[in-house]
Amino acid sequence: MSDKLSNAQIAWRAAQDIENEAYVNLGIGFPEMVAKFQPPGRQAIFHTENGILNFGESPAEGEEDWDLINAGKKAVTLKPGAAFFNHAESFAMVRGGHLDVAILGAYEVAENGDLANWSTGPKGVPAVGGAMDLVHGAKRVAVITDHVTRDGRPKLVKRCSLPLTGVGCVTRVYTSLAVIDIEGGRFVLREKLPGLSLDALQAVTGAELLLAGTVADLVVPEV
Amino acid sequence: MDKTVVDLTAALADIEDGMVLMIGGFGGAGAPIELIHALIDRFKATGSPGKLTVVNNNAGNGRIGIAAMIDAGMVAKMICSFPRSSDPRAFTEKYLAGEIGLELVPQGTLAERIRAGGAGIPAFYTPTSYGTDLAEGKPVAEFEGRAYVQERWLKADVALLKAELADRHGNLTYRKAARNFSPLMAAAAGLTVVQATKVVEPDEIDPEAVITPGIFVNRVVEVADARQEEALMRDGVAYA
Repeated sequence: MSDKLSNAQIAWRAAQDIENEAYVNLGIGFPEMVAKFQPPGRQAIFHTENGILNFGESPAEGEEDWDLINAGKKAVTLKPGAAFFNHAESFAMVRGGHLDVAILGAYEVAENGDLANWSTGPKGVPAVGGAMDLVHGAKRVAVITDHVTRDGRPKLVKRCSLPLTGVGCVTRVYTSLAVIDIEGGRFVLREKLPGLSLDALQAVTGAELLLAGTVADLVVPEV
Repeated sequence: MDKTVVDLTAALADIEDGMVLMIGGFGGAGAPIELIHALIDRFKATGSPGKLTVVNNNAGNGRIGIAAMIDAGMVAKMICSFPRSSDPRAFTEKYLAGEIGLELVPQGTLAERIRAGGAGIPAFYTPTSYGTDLAEGKPVAEFEGRAYVQERWLKADVALLKAELADRHGNLTYRKAARNFSPLMAAAAGLTVVQATKVVEPDEIDPEAVITPGIFVNRVVEVADARQEEALMRDGVAYA
């Protein structure tokens, strides 16, 4: 096993925690990969903000119907039992506590559950989309992310320095090195790569990792 | 009752400088491209309507639709959640040059503000944006131990929408995921103008299938050969 998980492997690990028949929203981009790794026998129902429940994979090239797209504006297909609805209903599903799981990307996650994932500062054109809505209402709000930034700085921090998406909203973080819960405003380590020492993990984490019972090995197949 | 009008020009009458326009669609799904392009034609011919505020989830893509309105210089301000797209050049250039305003609104809040505008609800509280930069200056209140941000309704002078079927009373259906914001915008605008792929008689849409009731619709124009934004993008069409 390499020294860290690939994005696909992080998505695979996150997919293992999605229950059969759960209602799930996956953020656009990297989190969309989670749908590919549902364990056999489980079938989640995916929600997309623009107004579809139970959409499926992309159609073959040339088969696209551009009235049938997801929030990332990619063409999708429908599964049996799909439904269309308007934007107010769609976000009622989000804010009203009807989704079981939302999985998002992150620039920073703080130990108090704060998430920063929409803005890297005042430069350029700001854009937020549905991220600020999605962090409220889902029963579990999980983040999938590399453990550190491209230049090696911790993405799991004591307090976010970038503009917040939501306050105290994240419940679990799947990283390239570990699985960490946020409980009582602290990071609680659940799983880590077997070859990685606790000290080495702590060194690339911006806030203290608490241990509660055994830390399991984070073992993910090549995907 | 007959809300149909003869052509796009008649459909777009009474749209004036400085108005707030809600434009339906999310990406290309539900975008009323022909209404938008006819309005651009009018602006190019007469210099009006300009200084518009446009409400849409996005801020245009490529050189067609809302992006072409921005390129033409008709838009003073966008109210949207995500002013990015596969080709956001039109908005980005004007925004960075300080030539266009932006009110950035979280997507669900944008939808609910429009819904509230159409429903006669002047303000509401939402958990969305609490504790973030986008809640600055807005009243906050606690309900059942949790903090919520007050948001205000959003109304428009005009809504431009695309439907699949419209009957002469203005009852509408939409194709697949194309409805998105349109049923909300239909109610929130003083003048709701719809391009429908097919206009039918009042007994031809099953009342159980109506998505937007005709009370929210003022004008209907048939555009049988409506083009999809994504298809135009792929064909490299530039309207502005």
